[in-house]
Amino acid sequence: MGQIYDFIYNLLPYLGMWLQGFLRGLGLSEEAVFLVVSLIKVFLLASFGLAGFAVLTYVERKIVARFQDRLGPNMAGPYGILQPVADGIKLLTKEDLMPTGADRWVYNLAPLIIAACALAPLVVIPFGPGAIGADLNIGVLYAMAVGAGALVGVLMAGWGSNNKYALLGAFRAVAQLISYEIPAVFSVVVVVMVAGTMSTVGIVQAQDVPYLFVLPLAALVFLISGVAEVGRTPFDLLEAESEIVAGFHIEYSGMKFALIFMGEFVHALVVSALFAVLFLGGWQGPWLPPYLWTLVKIALGIFLFFWLRATLPRIRIDHMLNLNWKFLTPLMILNLIGVALVDKGLRAVGVTDGIWAAGLFLFNMAMLIGALALPGYLGRRARMAALAAEAEGVEATVAAR
Amino acid sequence: MTLIQAVFILLAALTLGAGLMTVLSRHLFHAVLYLILSLVGVAGLFILLEAEFLAGAQVLIYIGAISILIIFAVMLTRGMARNPGPPLNNQSPAALVIAGLFFILLAPVLTGFPWPAAAPGVPADAIEALGRSLVDPNQFALPFELASVMILAALIGAIFIAREKR
Amino acid sequence: MIPITWYLLVAAALFCIGVYGALARRNAIAILMAIELMLNAVNLSLVTFWRYLHPERTMGQAFALFVLVVAAAEAAAGLALIISIYRNRETVNVENIDLLRG
Repeated sequence: MGQIYDFIYNLLPYLGMWLQGFLRGLGLSEEAVFLVVSLIKVFLLASFGLAGFAVLTYVERKIVARFQDRLGPNMAGPYGILQPVADGIKLLTKEDLMPTGADRWVYNLAPLIIAACALAPLVVIPFGPGAIGADLNIGVLYAMAVGAGALVGVLMAGWGSNNKYALLGAFRAVAQLISYEIPAVFSVVVVVMVAGTMSTVGIVQAQDVPYLFVLPLAALVFLISGVAEVGRTPFDLLEAESEIVAGFHIEYSGMKFALIFMGEFVHALVVSALFAVLFLGGWQGPWLPPYLWTLVKIALGIFLFFWLRATLPRIRIDHMLNLNWKFLTPLMILNLIGVALVDKGLRAVGVTDGIWAAGLFLFNMAMLIGALALPGYLGRRARMAALAAEAEGVEATVAAR
Repeated sequence: MTLIQAVFILLAALTLGAGLMTVLSRHLFHAVLYLILSLVGVAGLFILLEAEFLAGAQVLIYIGAISILIIFAVMLTRGMARNPGPPLNNQSPAALVIAGLFFILLAPVLTGFPWPAAAPGVPADAIEALGRSLVDPNQFALPFELASVMILAALIGAIFIAREKR
Repeated sequence: MIPITWYLLVAAALFCIGVYGALARRNAIAILMAIELMLNAVNLSLVTFWRYLHPERTMGQAFALFVLVVAAAEAAAGLALIISIYRNRETVNVENIDLLRG
């Protein structure tokens, strides 16, 4: 019984070892074994991303529908389970257009780059102690860097469509994406500083207490900037169906549009996977096997994204940019300095782990409350001043008559 | 030809080919895309040289930020006019001669120098040592601070110069 | 094992391509892109020397990092200047921007 539990618990490393032994038995050299195992890992990770995309489109529509007190898709198959299949067939059988005057190579390559740069960070997400695509020692830096490669794809899509509005949509999309990269990278830097390593496996192993409770401000800012990076509601004015300018993918239809849409969705999956690794403690958990815990935590993150989409309205673009540059970036800079001081200070004094975690948590909460109170106070002062000016204006007009 | 050597030849061909297409391409937007490809090749070469942090920084800074900046500048200055005209100016033969001579001068010097035979190994905590050296007052703390002041100056200057005149 | 001369030749070739681009192109932005190629070639040779001669020191990578940072600042400032010139002269063709007064 204990052996069966141990086998299920370490399923992925055992599979890997069996595969390597099998390939060596076939007589391949060490390099060839490494190459074949890497290709199989790439195939599995890409399948995970794509299968996750297919399942999550259906799950999202169901969950958002239930939030809004309706049923969601229930026509295709029992409970609408075959809805992703129906969507796929619809997109595959659409006509493959190219607008006149569009640049062929740029127009055709853009969806590929968006999809590839969205799938690439999956290789550093650990599904268990030995189950990771590649344990890079710059894991999170790699994830952030290839996530930034999707911007080039967005600009290529906007320019290659030979359409003024697509170009403008691409500009706005890139402005939003590069703005929100900064608080995201800062919150990742805070986590790396506290964990002491950039490798994702190292960060998971350094989390005796999940960093959600030790660095709540960094977690919140990572979540906000992650939602903005991906382009989901409430930050989805780039692709909102109700806007006249539908964004940089107006001229795309059929499978190319499916690739762009898949890229955005897989990016959301990757951001919630990174959130699970950086802040929720990765594969650690009491009883279930590690890969199941990882999937549960990723599902939690994704559910949070769906919940935000169902609940919040859309933000205007100038409010969104103000939020980033005037609130999130200074907050994260101050948080970085503060966490560095508190962390090293507590370690120098030599407290236990529990008191260290509690100290950082209290500092972060104090900073969060202060950061939320300050704009509230300034806003109230501005409102009072505006009311006073209005009252004076009314009195002046009354006195003038 | 081992696997690593094949990968190196592939990356070097990518870098040099994309670099050549950058300087020869007629259409400016295509030139920027070829530049991005060349930068990806250089990042790959950094990974082969076991400088992973620099490769990650190269992708994040060059491809994630500077290339976007260049694309924006291309679009703002109508670089994508319908018929761009010849890309090279009338001193390009002389430039070709100069560049060729420079390479012919460099190549024998680089290959003829007696480099040490074997490469020593990279220490395991290279990234941590790099981080420490950037804040160590005896090593690179001063250039680090000066670099950040310089970036601030470039940021403010660029915003001010490129502002629309009221 | 890859000999050091291979990397250095690639860096030298990239640098010469950049020199040719900076001297032979008409568009100011294309010249800036060729300058970025040259800076990348220099970075490549710096990291090669670090790896093959003294990988235990941090000076090679730190130097390359500073070159990267300076290249970023220079690209930003250069592009701002080009945009400003375009607003005043309606052209970025360096053959036409050769007089201080219109």
